[in-house]
Amino acid sequence: MEIKYESADDCIYAELSGELDECSAEYVRISLDDLLNGKTASKSKLVLDFSKVSFMDSTGIGMLLGRYNKFSRQSINIYIKNPTSYVNRIFEMTGIYQIIPKVC
Amino acid sequence: MAFDNYFKLEFEAKKVNESFARNTVAMFCTSLKPTLSEVNDIKTAVSEAVTNSIVHGYENKGGTIVLEVGIESNTVDIKITDLGIGISDIDMAIQPFFTTKTEEEHSGMGFTLMDSFMNFLEVKQNKPSGLMVHMKKVIKG
Repeated sequence: MEIKYESADDCIYAELSGELDECSAEYVRISLDDLLNGKTASKSKLVLDFSKVSFMDSTGIGMLLGRYNKFSRQSINIYIKNPTSYVNRIFEMTGIYQIIPKVC
Repeated sequence: MAFDNYFKLEFEAKKVNESFARNTVAMFCTSLKPTLSEVNDIKTAVSEAVTNSIVHGYENKGGTIVLEVGIESNTVDIKITDLGIGISDIDMAIQPFFTTKTEEEHSGMGFTLMDSFMNFLEVKQNKPSGLMVHMKKVIKG
């Protein structure tokens, strides 16, 4: 699992690539929480690009819910972008879009 | 049940082995020419069951997970067994969003995804201890 960050205006883009499971989720948690603690002072949006996430199980849902709780406390909205059809199916089944919207 | 093809393996309950387990099952099923969607369904279900054994069954302290996979006609039959602490109330545990580890950011959706992605799911106590997850997937190709 790798994460590449880009910053523009009031938004941070994080492109996740690889397999998101219980083994790799810890890295994603730490990386995003470091971001929250260090680089987001003037940002109001975090866009998570899932286009290169080739596998995800329910661990990804738990990780996202945890980040939603932490980021929303600092008034930063999280969005999901470009999930593959398979990952999108898991997002839809679990209802995650009700709290973390999908953007185009 | 006499399968057309079958394997059984034991591996250590480590998170790093989740990928090994799901990809091994996926490779074994290729003779049935599954679609990419069917492969992903199986990989997710296996990953969920193995993760449950590691995180809940063995509480991240390690142990042995037994993975058995059989193929009969166009059906993949998967059993994942551990000797961990088991689940006292299985009916409650398989409900969506149920988790014993809310502080660790688990979604409680593991059994829901297994049930949704497979054609058959049975969760039962293993003897003398632990849990056995039995799943089947019909491959339409």
